[in-house]
Amino acid sequence: MTRMWLSLIAATAFMAQAAQAASLTVGYLRIDAPMPPTLSNLDPVPEDDGLAGARTGLDDNLTTGKFLGHDYALIEDRVPEGGDAVAAARAMLAETPYLILDAPDDTLLAIADLDAAQGALLFNAASGALALRDDECRATLFHTAPSDAMRTDALAQVFVKKRWTDLVMIAGTHPQDIAYAEAMRRSLKKFGLKLEAEKTWAFDADMRRNAAQEVPLFTQDFGDYDALILADELHDFGRYVLYNTWEPRPVAGSEGLSPVGWSPVIEQWGASQLHSRFGKAHARAMTAKDYAAWAAMRTLGEAVTRTGADDPATLRAYILSDDFELAGFKGRPLTYRAWNGQLRQPVAVVHPRALVAQAPLEGFLHRTNELDTLGLDRPESACGAFE
Amino acid sequence: MRFFVIAALLASTSAHADEIWVTNEKDDTVSVISTDTLEVIATYPTGERPRGVTFSHDYSRLYICASDSDAVQVMDPATGRILHDLPSGEDPEQFVLHPDDRHLYIANEDDAITTVVDVQTRKVVAQIDVGVEPEGMAVSPDGRIAITTSETTNMAHWIDTETQKLFANTLVDSRPRHAEFVRDGAEMWVSSEIGGTITVFDTATQKEKAKIEFEVKGVHPDRVQPVGFEFTTGDEFAFVALGPSNHVAVVNAATYEVEDYILVGRRVWHMAFNADRSRLFTTNGVSGDVTVIDVAKRKALKSIKVGRFPWGAAFRPVPDS
Repeated sequence: MTRMWLSLIAATAFMAQAAQAASLTVGYLRIDAPMPPTLSNLDPVPEDDGLAGARTGLDDNLTTGKFLGHDYALIEDRVPEGGDAVAAARAMLAETPYLILDAPDDTLLAIADLDAAQGALLFNAASGALALRDDECRATLFHTAPSDAMRTDALAQVFVKKRWTDLVMIAGTHPQDIAYAEAMRRSLKKFGLKLEAEKTWAFDADMRRNAAQEVPLFTQDFGDYDALILADELHDFGRYVLYNTWEPRPVAGSEGLSPVGWSPVIEQWGASQLHSRFGKAHARAMTAKDYAAWAAMRTLGEAVTRTGADDPATLRAYILSDDFELAGFKGRPLTYRAWNGQLRQPVAVVHPRALVAQAPLEGFLHRTNELDTLGLDRPESACGAFE
Repeated sequence: MRFFVIAALLASTSAHADEIWVTNEKDDTVSVISTDTLEVIATYPTGERPRGVTFSHDYSRLYICASDSDAVQVMDPATGRILHDLPSGEDPEQFVLHPDDRHLYIANEDDAITTVVDVQTRKVVAQIDVGVEPEGMAVSPDGRIAITTSETTNMAHWIDTETQKLFANTLVDSRPRHAEFVRDGAEMWVSSEIGGTITVFDTATQKEKAKIEFEVKGVHPDRVQPVGFEFTTGDEFAFVALGPSNHVAVVNAATYEVEDYILVGRRVWHMAFNADRSRLFTTNGVSGDVTVIDVAKRKALKSIKVGRFPWGAAFRPVPDS
């Protein structure tokens, strides 16, 4: 009797759902990590970095949804340093299987490995760590942030194009700097470029006073080279290196000529419209993290728009299918790599005032998709969870 | 005798000295090209970021979407002077003039709104909520239906011009850019820049009737991006600008087959025909020029340097004087 009653409820619930139009709630979860101090406080990171992008993506989805009877909602949570990130994720997963995550790598994996996350759709909108797209990938974890390797490959393509073949590098000591330097070395090798010398930045002097004196000496023994690469992902010392090197050479990497997922200087491909929409809503410029969160939100919106479904299995299958494409203001349709869930996207190479190039650069060919000259191509990725 | 010959030459020249008006998005000017000499004969200043451009039916007024000035400007084409601005809503990108010669339907790109302005009273008649980043605008020949396409929502919105309300919203491929009614309004075509297609709708049912795809040899499909398009006499062929592929496609409008690709300047946007539609003028945004195409031969004849980032184009016949 009880069983029959239950199945009746289930059937009624199912019918109610079938009659209803799609409705999607997305959770945005940010896990704060300790931020080491930097030499300069000129560019504070916005409090709502990333979240603001998700909110703009939500607005875009809502506008589209109103013509189709589709509804969207955003729930937000932020876990302070030392807080219980996994508990917060579990609580959010109890409300929705769609999460956009800004979290340290180990926390991302802990969340993706939760029982409650199996069958969910999680988007990494912050971390560029290669391992997450490689042997540490998870079938539930998609990546809208470009991997470090995608960015350093983009820069390497610019080096090739400009024939800057002899390179030197200064790397910081933070884990992000080390990862970026590692990705850079990989990219230089991939594109046949030479890293002539490397140094580690381990000063503790205050560069606002000393840059003019310290940096020339520090870079003097590099000898001659074509360009200097900086691995300074926390933007600690890099800004003081420009125009202070012993040899008058361009600076690239974390400062100077930088490969980025998004930047206010991108104005082609309709990008100025996204900037203006975002600027109106949040009174600041749109960062790469905002863009990654926006892209995650729009990915879900696009999948709901095209399928009319709101269950994770249907949406996941659609997102990974050949039919999916996202118009992301980068001049090409954005799609997902079926082998590791990475959003395929052009990478802009910019300086603070203008776009210099957009990778893939012309002439870098690929068997199936030129965008796959950036980052881990299918044969290079050890990710097996998606196949 | 000699005098007679010269007079005859002058007469024949002026008979064909029509004009193509081109907006230069990043120069805040319009360039005027003579369809006879194929040279720029005048350049006039406009408001900021001029894009969409169209003439009143008697060609006595030029309407210009000055996007960053948040206005539609009205220019006297005889003098190049701006006469006045029309209220347009914010960031007008593209518009279409209703067959009544009186109502402009304007896409307000930043506001997800289509604004309807009466050019005589200079008042906003209606504002209609549409999808994110409205751009492509069209109106049916009988004036009953106006279309707005929205780039991020990826829809064609069908507006009943009687009630100024939406009566249908149809999905198309990514980033719809331009719309046109064809065959006396029986069909409505929408280009999708990122999707790389043109969707053909049956106007009566608003149902998809055909989809046209493009393939340019040696160009990655991602870079084949249909934007503006126009039809030859009798709607026989559509000439379709394919953006950064730097080609214009020639589509047989009866079979929906692509018959030819013509190499033009870089990032081709929009276009306008001359009076007998024997020549087509395309705006090439990145190379900052206009390509003149021989329509019958399907070949580029010449490129004409204009201002920076030419965007819209409109034809103006010049009466014999």
